[in-house]
Amino acid sequence: MEWLFLPRWPAVAVGTLIGLLECVTFLLLDKPIGCSTAFARTSGMIEKTLRGSATMEKAYYRLFPPVIDWEWMFVLGIPLGAFLSAVSSGTFRIEWVPSLWVGIFGPGIALRLTTALAGGFLAGLGARWAGGCTSGHGISGSLQLAVSSWLASAAFFAGGILSAILLFSLARG
Amino acid sequence: MEKIPFLLPEAARKPFALFLGILFGFLLQKGGVTRYEVIIGQLLLLDFTVLKVMLSAVLAGMLGIQVLLHLNLVALHPKHGSVGSSVIGGLIFGLGFGLLGYCPGTAAGAVGQGSLDALFGGVCGMLLGTAFYSGIYPRIEATVLRWGTFGEITLPEVLHAARWKVVIAVAAVIATALSAMSFLGL
Repeated sequence: MEWLFLPRWPAVAVGTLIGLLECVTFLLLDKPIGCSTAFARTSGMIEKTLRGSATMEKAYYRLFPPVIDWEWMFVLGIPLGAFLSAVSSGTFRIEWVPSLWVGIFGPGIALRLTTALAGGFLAGLGARWAGGCTSGHGISGSLQLAVSSWLASAAFFAGGILSAILLFSLARG
Repeated sequence: MEKIPFLLPEAARKPFALFLGILFGFLLQKGGVTRYEVIIGQLLLLDFTVLKVMLSAVLAGMLGIQVLLHLNLVALHPKHGSVGSSVIGGLIFGLGFGLLGYCPGTAAGAVGQGSLDALFGGVCGMLLGTAFYSGIYPRIEATVLRWGTFGEITLPEVLHAARWKVVIAVAAVIATALSAMSFLGL
């Protein structure tokens, strides 16, 4: 059972298990795994608390009502599972700025958080615009051979490679 | 809609989804893909862990789903697409992905391992981004999102080929790509 507490498992083993998890989700829940809809539902719940029932009039929330559904519960489970894995393997650590970032941009928390906030904004916006993210399109959609998902996945990586290379070459001058 | 024989009763679905999410988060963390360094390493084309996890998940899931589909135990749910939605939305997502260094699922996982930039930057930013999208949705719904609409089609339909043949071909391509990465020591 020692393998259960190893800090890293081989990437292909992890991927294969995620593929099996998809099969279980299709079989027992009749759904593909996805993550970004839960973020949209949560922002709808927050908006509803702040602005009241007018939120429910928005066309987007009529399509994706701000309620707790199965996917919301799934996404809630992710940090719990990652916490179990990190704690049991000794890799849990409170960290404001990742070490790679510190090495290039310095230890300033404000710069990292501002960049992450801007990146998160675009990732949230783009995921809903494309109708899915790296899990919903990248894995679940691709394994169903959906054309929308193969196109979106190519665009995710094209955009990601572009912005990461620009950001890091900017820092290196 | 066809009947899914092993579909859980309504009351059991949310608790079971929570359990599946815990397994998913556990796997993401074990794979290293909840780490900023690993995701950025992939986008800078230095570390191919993310691609290996995704491609092997697609390979195993695609083969598994094909068998389950053959046994009439599952139904497919391919997403609707258009150039305006999949490509433009995908590029916007990608630009954010590179700045953030996490995606929605891995950001949630990173929060669980103590990465606070994933919480205060990533999760908060994504909530703001999805809220903004709900505001602009009425304006882009009838325009950009409809550019180049192709709908819910899948590769076998585009290629006019039997589904299992396409599955085998894609599986062979992915297996070759994974072997090549391993051979090249990526």
